[in-house]
Amino acid sequence: MKVLAIVKKDILIYYSKGPVVIFGILLPIFLFLAFWVGRNLPLNFLMAGLIAMTVFFASTSVSPAIAPWEGQMRTLERLLTYPIDVKTIVLGDVLASTIFGIVLSLVPILIALALNLSMNVILVVGIILSAVCFSSLGLLFSAYPSNIPATVMMISALVRFPLIFVSGIFIPIDQLPPLGQYIALLSPLTYFTDIARFSLGLKPFLPLSIDFTVLTLYTIALLYTSIKLHERALIKRI
Amino acid sequence: MIKVEGVEKSFDGRKVLKGVSFRVKRGEIFGYLGPNGAGKTTTVRILTGLIKPDSGRVFVRGFDVVKNPVKVRERIGVLPEVANVYPDLTAWQNLMLACGLYGIDKRVAEGRCERLLKEFGIYERRNSKVKTFSKGMKQRLMFCIAMVCEPEIVFLDEPTSGLDVASARMLRRKVLELKDTGVTVFLTSHNMDEVDMLCDRVAIIKDGRIIAEDSPDGIKELVGGDIAVEVRFDRDVDFFGERFGDRYVLYTKDPNETICSIVEFAKERGVRILSINTRTPSLEEAFIKILGGEV
Ligand SMILES: Nc1ncnc2c1ncn2[C@@H]1O[C@H](COP(=O)(O)OP(=O)(O)OP(=O)(O)O)[C@@H](O)[C@H]1O
Ligand SMILES: [Mg+2]
Repeated sequence: MKVLAIVKKDILIYYSKGPVVIFGILLPIFLFLAFWVGRNLPLNFLMAGLIAMTVFFASTSVSPAIAPWEGQMRTLERLLTYPIDVKTIVLGDVLASTIFGIVLSLVPILIALALNLSMNVILVVGIILSAVCFSSLGLLFSAYPSNIPATVMMISALVRFPLIFVSGIFIPIDQLPPLGQYIALLSPLTYFTDIARFSLGLKPFLPLSIDFTVLTLYTIALLYTSIKLHERALIKRI
Repeated sequence: MIKVEGVEKSFDGRKVLKGVSFRVKRGEIFGYLGPNGAGKTTTVRILTGLIKPDSGRVFVRGFDVVKNPVKVRERIGVLPEVANVYPDLTAWQNLMLACGLYGIDKRVAEGRCERLLKEFGIYERRNSKVKTFSKGMKQRLMFCIAMVCEPEIVFLDEPTSGLDVASARMLRRKVLELKDTGVTVFLTSHNMDEVDMLCDRVAIIKDGRIIAEDSPDGIKELVGGDIAVEVRFDRDVDFFGERFGDRYVLYTKDPNETICSIVEFAKERGVRILSINTRTPSLEEAFIKILGGEV
């Protein structure tokens, strides 16, 4: 299938690069350590946060950069003259990014297993679903048709970093002030963090059925919006 | 194979194509000429369904390009003017990626890629990353990609610009071979000798309008059929012809009289004529004249 050809291209060119992988693993770990030091939080709480953060960062790291990079390198016009539509390209990019997010999530999971933490298999479903969701979000960042990768990465950083602070990763949602809780409920990452908490044996903030429903709705909405916006934006890049 | 009717296109309120119409028949090599910024690349992008015209209709392979761009692209090969293959992939990976995007079965694809890479003389380098390729090698690879779907039509936007003589000749030979197998070729070029050599018919576009459409010989006749007389003297003289390097060129309807007067001029000034010859004007000269510049 043509989507798979896009996936293969993305993995070969963008994801199988040492620095990309290492950065994808190290960034969440450093953030995590920075928050862990000097605080007395249970290990399963922290590991759930680390898993959520890793999936989120990995799935949104490379996906926004692909379109501007291809526009700048002028590979995009070549790509667009194949018998494929923009939807195929976006789906391929999302799928490649999803695979990357899932693969990188193995690192914190292995760490958690090494620490003898037990996990519910529902986590796997949560990881897959949220990796699709965050990858679609990542592609949304590049819907603004600038061919300068730094511009797009700045837009993406402006959303990604605030999001991890309002999504209950470092501070449980029930300890946030009411306004903070409302904001938290707007972030898709909140729902995945909640699933991860549950999977590691903690009491979730919301019922799991709500977590999964909202995450699914977000995924559909983000994917649909990404496709629609790229259908307009991609051609402006050539 | 290609039918364009009254196509208009504006960018940021500036009209680039102002009602372009032409047809290209099956198996024909069609040259699309015009000065920089005339709208050639824009036309190619519209024909390949990349951008939509503001108005007018475009049919390629019998399909409406605006409604069925993907269908049209299934059996066309495109060599865009400014586009790159992936520098971080090898030649083989790039070509196989193209096959994947055309939906070609893997085993068929492998055979085809091998044949094409050999044909274009880059098979030995198939496992090198494209960023190590020279411009000519990249362009050959782009050609392979354009051929990989066994196209009915190929669009070549300035395919030989910037290539050395040998590579350019090879690609021209390939274009003629394509014609022999019944493939339709849409070619833009600034090299008039190339167009004259390859094309069955040419259209000239200027300021977004087609101002001439004919065979290369027809175009040459269109401008009046003057004879060009070329002369070289043994030293610099104040001569009245147009100067190209060490040659002077005069255009005339009466070559006899012109040559006689050149000989008289030489005797009078005491210079020697090194060579003198007559020829019909080149396509380039006709092109310039049609565009409204003086020859
Ligand atoms: N995406 C775009 N946005 C704005 N203007 C554009 C765009 N693409 C083309 N143009 C304008 O349209 C005009 C025609 O451009 P086009 O690239 O079609 O010319 P061309 O005939 O291919 O020229 P060349 O011989 O230099 O390749 C130019 O004035 C160009 O500036
Ligand atoms: Mg052009």
